[in-house]
Amino acid sequence: MPIQIQIRLYASLKPLEPPSAASHPLAPGTTAGEVLAQLDVPSARVKLVFVNGRKADLSRVLEDGDRLGVFPPVGGG
Amino acid sequence: MTPPSVHATTTVPEDEPRYRRNRESITRDQQTVLRGARVAVVGLGGLGGATVEILARIGIGALTLVDGDRFEATNLNRQLLCTEKNLGRLKAEAAAERISRINAAVAVRCVPHHLDPGNAVELIGGSHLVMDCLDNLPTRFMVQAAARQLGIPMVSAAVAGTAGQLTLIEPGDPGLEAVYGPAEAAPERGAEIRLGVLPQTVIALASLACNEALKRLLGIGAGLRGKLLLVDLLDNRFDIVEI
Repeated sequence: MPIQIQIRLYASLKPLEPPSAASHPLAPGTTAGEVLAQLDVPSARVKLVFVNGRKADLSRVLEDGDRLGVFPPVGGG
Repeated sequence: MTPPSVHATTTVPEDEPRYRRNRESITRDQQTVLRGARVAVVGLGGLGGATVEILARIGIGALTLVDGDRFEATNLNRQLLCTEKNLGRLKAEAAAERISRINAAVAVRCVPHHLDPGNAVELIGGSHLVMDCLDNLPTRFMVQAAARQLGIPMVSAAVAGTAGQLTLIEPGDPGLEAVYGPAEAAPERGAEIRLGVLPQTVIALASLACNEALKRLLGIGAGLRGKLLLVDLLDNRFDIVEI
């Protein structure tokens, strides 16, 4: 049984957000890093990863209902 | 080190028209605190130009303006202080002139030089709070190092396209390292290289940054210490995450 997570990619990563972002199916045991690899998100452009509003590592195993957010480095003014 | 507290010396007159209609939101005592506050604004581009405008109008008593750049045509898309008529002018001078036209009671220290590790503490020293309005990550880390040394809080905003982020950093907090990783590994610039910096985003983030500074100076409201506000105006996303 796949689990469902929510995916939010910000700024320059947004075009890589899948159509299923609001309810993205995932095999149990999948990590945040594996999800980003599946979406072809370049690791060099990933700076902040957060799950359910808290900072997380790419090794974080995602669970059903998790909200995964990814922010690239942003420094403009 | 304990951050310096604001000691107001001159009470704002009860009948001062400039602030009279703010009274239900900002009391006379709070206005007096703001008048006693000294804030350094580092970077006078998109974020800094809007920040100067707001802080002068809200009645911060003293502003230090730091930027060694001059206006160029690529600034016209977003920087409130930049006009077709002042291209080539020092940004710090334009900011000082703007403040004098808005609120002559604001004491201005105009610093038309770039901040570097050798002058950062001297330039920011004496301020109660510093606004990081820069456009590159290395200098943001320099400001943070100086603020830590001086024991003062720093409000840091950054923008790319329709996205932006904002946080409040107290001395001793993980701060920018929690956002960008170690200073030595941080890139010079971020997603703004691809996306640019749009005026509606940069002015929105400057407004939120000034609001964060005012709350910190007055000791009111819920702040963003240890948190990062993530904004994407394209979808009206406003998320606060713990860092």
